[in-house]
Amino acid sequence: MALLEVNGLKIYFHTRNGLLKAVDDISFSVDAGETLAIVGESGSGKSVTCYSLLDLLPKPPAVIEAGTALFAGEDLLTCSAKRMQEIRGNDIAVIFQDPMTSLNPFISIGEQLIEPLIYHRDKTRRKDRNTARKLAVELLDEVGINNPQARFDSYPHEFSGGMRQRVMIAMALINKPRLLICDEPTTALDVTIQAQILALIKTLQQTRDVAVIFISHDLGVVAGIADKVMVMCDGTVRESGDTARIFYNSENEYTQKLLAAIPEGAKVLPNRAEQNAPLVEVRDLKTYFREASNTSAGNEYIKAVDGVDLDIQRGEILGLVGESGSGKSTLGRSILQLAPTTAGTVTFDGTVLGDLKAKQLVPWRRRMQMIFQDPYASLNPRMTVYETLAEPLLYHRLADRNSIDQQVRQLMDDVGLAHHQMRKYPHEFSGGQRQRIAIGRAIATKPELIIADEPVSALDVTIQAQILDLILDLVERHNLTMLFISHDLSVVRYISDRVMVMKKGVIIERAETETLWANPQEDYTRQLLKAIPLADPHYERTRHW
Amino acid sequence: MPQNNQHNQDTQGTSLWRDAWVKLSKNYLALFGLAVLSLLCLVSLLTPWIAPYGYEEQNLLIGATAPSLEHWLGTDIFGRDMLTRIMYGGRVSLTVGFIATAVALLIGVLWGAVAGYVGGRTDALMMRIVDIMYALPFMIFIVLLMVVFGRNILLLFLAIGAVEWLTMARIVRSQVMALRKQEFVEAAHSLGLSQWTIIRRHIIPNTLGPVIVYTTLTIPSVMLLEAFLSFLGLGIQPPQSSWGLLINYGVETMEEYPWLLIFPGIALSLTLFALNFLGDGLRDALDPRTSKD
Repeated sequence: MALLEVNGLKIYFHTRNGLLKAVDDISFSVDAGETLAIVGESGSGKSVTCYSLLDLLPKPPAVIEAGTALFAGEDLLTCSAKRMQEIRGNDIAVIFQDPMTSLNPFISIGEQLIEPLIYHRDKTRRKDRNTARKLAVELLDEVGINNPQARFDSYPHEFSGGMRQRVMIAMALINKPRLLICDEPTTALDVTIQAQILALIKTLQQTRDVAVIFISHDLGVVAGIADKVMVMCDGTVRESGDTARIFYNSENEYTQKLLAAIPEGAKVLPNRAEQNAPLVEVRDLKTYFREASNTSAGNEYIKAVDGVDLDIQRGEILGLVGESGSGKSTLGRSILQLAPTTAGTVTFDGTVLGDLKAKQLVPWRRRMQMIFQDPYASLNPRMTVYETLAEPLLYHRLADRNSIDQQVRQLMDDVGLAHHQMRKYPHEFSGGQRQRIAIGRAIATKPELIIADEPVSALDVTIQAQILDLILDLVERHNLTMLFISHDLSVVRYISDRVMVMKKGVIIERAETETLWANPQEDYTRQLLKAIPLADPHYERTRHW
Repeated sequence: MPQNNQHNQDTQGTSLWRDAWVKLSKNYLALFGLAVLSLLCLVSLLTPWIAPYGYEEQNLLIGATAPSLEHWLGTDIFGRDMLTRIMYGGRVSLTVGFIATAVALLIGVLWGAVAGYVGGRTDALMMRIVDIMYALPFMIFIVLLMVVFGRNILLLFLAIGAVEWLTMARIVRSQVMALRKQEFVEAAHSLGLSQWTIIRRHIIPNTLGPVIVYTTLTIPSVMLLEAFLSFLGLGIQPPQSSWGLLINYGVETMEEYPWLLIFPGIALSLTLFALNFLGDGLRDALDPRTSKD
């Protein structure tokens, strides 16, 4: 008998705007010790499905309309609230996406870890503090925390994101659950850390014989870890089956679309870079921030960008790769004079930008624009699409009252938005459409340089592919020069002519894209390249971490 | 760049505010609030012509009488008609409420927005000024103003406004500090927009929600503050009246002549309810994220 057997599950949301069928008649099962990956884009119902198993859905608006979820013979959907509390954490544990917010910052991680043991509801299973501490230290060791004795008393802010996710895994495992639900556990992590966490989950799953439900939007991530894959879209199961079959012999159109959308291989368009005609020259650029915790000393700085030299040739797409904290975003913002630079120069088309006063900079700002990562935060929620797109045109007097409507329409055509959406507000659009609006705003002033800071990392994979193609198309048509910042190496390879690798504020390697992929010089670059998850189960299974 | 500003205002005028009006006109509760407020304002405006009696017309022979056909809302202990006094009182209360709040709103929003947006030393200096003003016992502040400039109803508005803007400034500042780090503000910056344009077009419209709610709370509290000041002899003086003053006198004679408390109380509560309905409606109308229908 399967450990978990879900049959005909239907979850509807009764909202003000009508009925939303979040999960519509799905069935699946997980055997003991097996890993099931549920893959789908945002809004597919994958998280709703799993949260319903633990009664974590907000009710109302969510209503479980039909179905059963038998966990070891017991229906999770109908059991009492008291019984559910026993099941949560004891038999079924969850790891959430964001390790930064899922730990209490005021309690040491050791204390948080032993809490479920010493305050266990079932008095017979309660442990005294010393035994609990011993168990917790062993577990911290098992999930790969160095020096667990000492780290037991550390607070969450003393851990990096990857380490926190390890602590979260330890917390999930402390009561020896039989089923572990991982909700996008690596999405917020850097690629090398992601590889380590995936390997850890896989190892623990084998040594502890725990069943895992792994929720992800990324097929590449689950290739190495899943036994079975279930592909969801719009609340229904599109395809499910053995991992290898899904990846190599999928018959379903949607699965094929997902697989095809994973950016793969090199840039197909020709390199348009003009040689020896740099649009931007950066020399010995340094951007330091004063460390907030050390205001009394006054001399402690965070060296976000620490002596960078680079040229961006006219017409090229220059990729900038690095992990979080490498200073890549700050570098981009420093070039645009959005972050105050500490030393060094940025020369744009022969003019040193640092010498200009804020007012003098205005005409230059028209020539260089930025696309931001988060399409939900980068648009003013109280301005319609029309206003957002018209603002730069009117402000820089590139349009007058008579031509503005026509110009805004032209911009909307450029980025693939329908004209009738002109009077809508940002919240009425999906993430991909919002990013199109943001791109439209960036190209409105006909800039020469665009700095794109992770423009696709908040988007679903199929949307990501569309936006990447849109960017490539616009670069071509409007003769743009671009600095493309990303943590995702596959994306950078797909779009850039040349790549720079950044680490701790310094550029450690730069080369033509394909040269770098074929023959990385630095160890760090090699590690980065190796850590990219591929949508190829055979390869993933044989790789060594 | 004056020309540009002209354009900006035009485009803004055609959408957020117009959409807000469309949405507001579908919100019956808010429309009801607006109608009640308009009616109260209209009555106050026309009071000298429509009031049944003069506000200082005494009739010591009848003294305090319960509501009757001659005096719909009764009379006070001097035999003055309550309806007349409430109508005249409304003139003072509504004027104080709206003008003092407008003063507080104007200073508070600008002060808070600039402090929060500019940050650093400017922020520290501006907020310390706010702290110092908070620390000053405001009674002394107002008494001083009265002593220096003499008793004047305009001064009363200014004095109350000068006290009430402090909290508004703090609310707006905290909102702005969160907004300033949002990417859309950085995007506006990278478009080359001037600081003032960014504050006006991108920052302030996004602080409207809490500001409106706080404003609807400020108006009634300002009205009561006026009553308190008048009670101390610093505001308006009998035989003039205001709702706050009428309520104060009504409380004294609550047991013998309850109508002296009840009717001014109803007038104030009605204003408060209407303001709350309208305020909630405005807040929703000005937030595009609340659904249009």
